[in-house]
Amino acid sequence: MNRLTNETGKVLVLCAAIVAATPISISAAETVNIYSYRQSGLLKPLLKDFTARTGIKTKVLFAKKGLDQRIAAEGRNSPADVLLTVDIGNLAAAAKLGITQPVSNSDIDTNIPPQFRDPAGHWFGLTSRARIVYASRDRVKQTQITYEELAQPKWRGRVCTRSGQHAYTIGLIASMIAHLGEEKAQAWLTGLKNNLARKPTGNDRAQVKAIFSGECDIALGNTYYMGLMQTNEKEPEQKQWASAVRLMFPNSQDRGTHVNLSGMVMAKHAPNPDAARKLMAYLSSDNAQQIYGKANFEYPLKPGVQADPLVASWGTLNPDTLPLATIAKLRKSASEMVDRIGFDDGPDA
Amino acid sequence: MPDSQSTDNHQKQRGSREPAALSNASGALSPVSSVAAFAAHAGLAGFLFLVALPLLALGWIALVSTSDVWLHLLNYVLPRSIGDTLVLLALVGLGTTVLGAGCAWITTMCAFPGRRIMAWALVLPLAVPTYIAAYSHVEFFDYSGPVQSTLRAVAGFENSRDYWFPDIRSLGGAAFIFSVVLYPYVYLTSRLLFSMQGASVLDASRSLGARPWEVFIRVALPMARPALAAGVALALMETLNDIGAVEILGVKTLTYAVFETWLNRNSLAGAVQLALVTLVLIAGLVWVERRGRQRRSYAASTRDRPPARMTLTKGRQTVCLLACCLPLLAGLGVPLWILGTYALRRVGQEIDPDMIAALGNSLQVALSSAALATAIAYAVLQYARAIGSSRIATVGRISTLGYAVPGTVLAVGLLVPLAGFDNWLDAILRVHFGVSTGLLFSGSVMIVIYACTLRFMAISYGTIETGFSRLSLNIDMAARALGRTKAQMAWQIHRPILTRALAAAYLLVFVDAMKELSATLLLRPFDFETLATFIYDRASQSALEEASIAALLIVLIGTIPVLFLSRLSYVKQG
Repeated sequence: MNRLTNETGKVLVLCAAIVAATPISISAAETVNIYSYRQSGLLKPLLKDFTARTGIKTKVLFAKKGLDQRIAAEGRNSPADVLLTVDIGNLAAAAKLGITQPVSNSDIDTNIPPQFRDPAGHWFGLTSRARIVYASRDRVKQTQITYEELAQPKWRGRVCTRSGQHAYTIGLIASMIAHLGEEKAQAWLTGLKNNLARKPTGNDRAQVKAIFSGECDIALGNTYYMGLMQTNEKEPEQKQWASAVRLMFPNSQDRGTHVNLSGMVMAKHAPNPDAARKLMAYLSSDNAQQIYGKANFEYPLKPGVQADPLVASWGTLNPDTLPLATIAKLRKSASEMVDRIGFDDGPDA
Repeated sequence: MPDSQSTDNHQKQRGSREPAALSNASGALSPVSSVAAFAAHAGLAGFLFLVALPLLALGWIALVSTSDVWLHLLNYVLPRSIGDTLVLLALVGLGTTVLGAGCAWITTMCAFPGRRIMAWALVLPLAVPTYIAAYSHVEFFDYSGPVQSTLRAVAGFENSRDYWFPDIRSLGGAAFIFSVVLYPYVYLTSRLLFSMQGASVLDASRSLGARPWEVFIRVALPMARPALAAGVALALMETLNDIGAVEILGVKTLTYAVFETWLNRNSLAGAVQLALVTLVLIAGLVWVERRGRQRRSYAASTRDRPPARMTLTKGRQTVCLLACCLPLLAGLGVPLWILGTYALRRVGQEIDPDMIAALGNSLQVALSSAALATAIAYAVLQYARAIGSSRIATVGRISTLGYAVPGTVLAVGLLVPLAGFDNWLDAILRVHFGVSTGLLFSGSVMIVIYACTLRFMAISYGTIETGFSRLSLNIDMAARALGRTKAQMAWQIHRPILTRALAAAYLLVFVDAMKELSATLLLRPFDFETLATFIYDRASQSALEEASIAALLIVLIGTIPVLFLSRLSYVKQG
């Protein structure tokens, strides 16, 4: 046992040495520091291209939650230049927290349509993803659908979705509140709840799997999951799931399909604002829009930039023109509505 | 309990005239020793302040910000999530006790083939992070997983409409998964205790007519209560602070509600208030348990011979072996199966150099925080013991409650004061000396080590405290009577006896720090990935499959200290 104590002692000394020897990170001059809710692997091809074009280096710090709070706590010494996010909720929360600064850049203003930008310039979108309906190829015959229709009794026991509290679902419900008003939206959500085949669970991929396994006939999901499954060489099983479903773009005949964003903001105390502006302009450019869209099967926001051929093969996206800023405002109501009707409890027995 | 009577009396005495009982040997305090005592008190207060810092910061956030979410939470969220959380905690408490104490008893008291291997192997599931366990079990029991595929093939079912299968993504499923990876906390503590329980007590109960299982239920288990409580408390706190697994399993615990409130209701203040309410819940549970055994002593007699193992019939031996195999298969076997299958398909892939760097970083964080967490907990507890103050031990215990707070929330609680301090220091140095120190602490790896130390302090504290609880106060009295100073007593007598507990604390924290994800993810500096954050980055981009090799690596590296751990809880017999 004494031997163990000695070992522990040695390890202690070693640890002290390691801690003491750890250098404190110092940011270099021509670098953009990126805090990102998007995975570093996804950004790699983009940032490589950016560095090749401008000579500006990039650093990425990925996390799923709380980066806005980190920037706020770090205050004027924060190393973050920009925050890259998914979901309008995160963009709006960052602006509300006061950690952003407005950016006015003619490139961004021409490249990104106004409904995908903050009117005050605190955030803007880079790519969009549509919340669509996956339908069983065998068991669903129709080719057109609306979100409203999902609440009709003919779908009883046939619909699957992920949790109502997930940001993607919240975004959709917020758009329904904007279009229908609070009361009708709640009636719609209750109808949808009663049509569920099971308790909301799993991610969007799991919904496709549930159609494949026969648990449900239609499901809500984001477009890009389809691309990720259709191209999954490592797990060919997922291609099989994907082949059991086809995509329908809800409301494409009327107001358009609900879309959400990935986007970015500039940090209030960005140490390298010029380099950051260059990155922003670059990310809205033709080239970057194409790479970004392709990397995760998302839709480029810049008009005229073609989506990836696989994405285009799913059909034509007619995006809802409702400003994303409106959706951001209604997210809280949407989240409360989910709790109020007990959406995540699943269908009433 | 041979010596419980005398210790009981002693404790009652101590309660009435606390300082006098142990300090009269040193006579009146000299100026030197009073300075030393002051320094010790100040040091202790400093430690406790640093340990409690994030909780204080969170308390501040909760108090100064207004949140309008409570009416909604009370009406629609809390009834459900408090209910679900309590049921989950009850089930996990029951599951870890049955599996942990049961297996510990079997491997200590019964002779059966494979016993020695089982005795150490049963600790291994501790190396599996809960989020990896949850992911693996979902894959394993899901429609396209091996279980249902086999079922369909055997029974000739077409699809899921043809048969009913329990959903692992449920409260019951979550309780099962948490139990099979967290029972080793209970196993470790109770095993050490069972092997030290003297034979005479057990023999006495047998001679009074108790059957073997009655000895277990009515004598051994109650005697092991402090150890059980320490182990179960760790398992429950880990269940409570988890967000990764409950997200995968769709179980709406209080922690889930904390994140919903923060991210969907845009109220960090409301989220923190909720987290602190959760903390009060846990503190309450800990308090109730402690109160329940306040007037009892559980110190074991060291003179007694170890109990002899029972010989069993062949049939019962098989039952014992199976009973040990089941938790092991569920806790370790299933994750290894799933990760192994995915990893095998990626064997040809070149090894990512980032993964090697991440391994180095993980080791740096885990080694440092394990050392710090062990040293601090030991210092506080030894000091409390030396001056005979149970109050200090309690204050120490309260300050370790950070473990019950979800890691990301704890991280925010740490960022606010540390970055605030950094900015303050930076501003002063800029004005007076023209130098900028930037984010001195919060911008470096130090904040990650700080967070991991804090997060797992409850583990080192609980483990070492259990170690102290087994040290009869008679030993202290004897040492003092023989003229040892308190310092000598601590160094010459307590420390050697506690080596096992100290090493166990170190290893436990090491394993947990290797697995730590949520606080590290939010606090780490640029270009600093640990294995856990590396996996998370890859896994959240597509799915865990892509990170299966790294996930396997976390589990395998975790098993090394776990193996040392299981040796520690093995007391040589005969």
